[in-house]
Amino acid sequence: MRGIMVMFMAGAMLGFAAVPAQAHAFLDHASPAVGSSVPSAPPAVTLWFTQDLEPAFSTVTVTNQAGQRVDLGNSAVPPGHPDELQVGLKPLPPGTYTVSWRVVSVDTHPTQGTFTFQVGSG
Amino acid sequence: MKSVRARTAAAAAAILLSANSAALAHGFAGQRFFPATILTDDPFVADEMSLPTVTVNPTAPDGAQETDIGVDLSKRITPRFGITLHDQWEYLQPKGSPTVSGLSALQTGQQYQLFVSGPHEAIGLIGLTETWAHTGRVAALGAPDFTTLSPTFDFGKGLGDLPPSLPFLRPIAVTGNLGFDFPLKTESAGVPNPDNFNYGFAFEYSFPYLECCVKDIGLRRPLSQLIPLVEIAFSTPINRLPASRTVGTIQPGLIWAGQYFQIGAEAIIPATSATGRGLGAVVQLHFFLDDLFPHTIGRPVSEW
Repeated sequence: MRGIMVMFMAGAMLGFAAVPAQAHAFLDHASPAVGSSVPSAPPAVTLWFTQDLEPAFSTVTVTNQAGQRVDLGNSAVPPGHPDELQVGLKPLPPGTYTVSWRVVSVDTHPTQGTFTFQVGSG
Repeated sequence: MKSVRARTAAAAAAILLSANSAALAHGFAGQRFFPATILTDDPFVADEMSLPTVTVNPTAPDGAQETDIGVDLSKRITPRFGITLHDQWEYLQPKGSPTVSGLSALQTGQQYQLFVSGPHEAIGLIGLTETWAHTGRVAALGAPDFTTLSPTFDFGKGLGDLPPSLPFLRPIAVTGNLGFDFPLKTESAGVPNPDNFNYGFAFEYSFPYLECCVKDIGLRRPLSQLIPLVEIAFSTPINRLPASRTVGTIQPGLIWAGQYFQIGAEAIIPATSATGRGLGAVVQLHFFLDDLFPHTIGRPVSEW
């Protein structure tokens, strides 16, 4: 039993030893929330990630059901918020919209994802 | 401004260099993250390490109790080619006899990433594992006195491409192994060494996928990082022994996947009488070396 505990502790020390490292950036949450319905059109989509992002290589786009871009093309990591990604939206009529993001964390690990949200009754 | 440009240029260079390797690392196919499963071999090359894997096995058919402490290492040589190492320390308590302990046979492996499809969340790998003769305690623990070659095909498929009308099935993923064991010696001490057909599957429901890509139901870390799963694996003799000697287990459990490591725990339920009786359990601490050491041992040796 003592040997097993030592091995788990050795493993934990390995983890702590690398705390300053960065890792893959996963989507933590979003506004509008993933899969949500909102009563009125939001002015922007904001994504929060589990790691800081490399701004030059992190983008988010929003499309309608016809596949047309409805974002303002100004995707950016806001100053002072390195784990956020934001894009402005055109006025959105009721419908279902797809958010597609592709980011690179500061240690160069790329991740990507998509989700939808609805405006009005959808 | 100059420092920002310099930093961006450095990042661009690093990203260009690592684009292939990072995209394949860590069990990703598109937005699908496949965790490292305990029983089923992973369908991706990786820079990862399990230390330790502690297994309390079900009681063997002859009444023996066995506990194992294992270590696994996976290392990418190139973005698509990797090697693996496995060994474990075994504590064996034969019924009515003193406990014996020692190393089991050393296993090495070579793996090649056949395909990764992001849009279909599909991933496939072929591999060859060698279990080496006389690298464990042969007489006391029953470690093999013969080398076995085991070709495998490992695959994974996420259901994220299901239609939007089935949203809560999209977090499901399946990984699986199909393979054979070919011992290089047909018998040892009068006991036949059969060729085996091995097959196993892991059925996973990914809370991280549910939260990031389907519907935010309000789970936050650490709950949003849980992946309930059921693993099954069987090994059936295809010659020299009757098929009734099939061994296999069913292992329901849970994986918590963090940024740098994951922890998995599963119950072990024997699926055949030849496997044993009663319940066992396994716990594993598993490290993502590509995240812990992204600029050194967490990278492929060569980008080609």
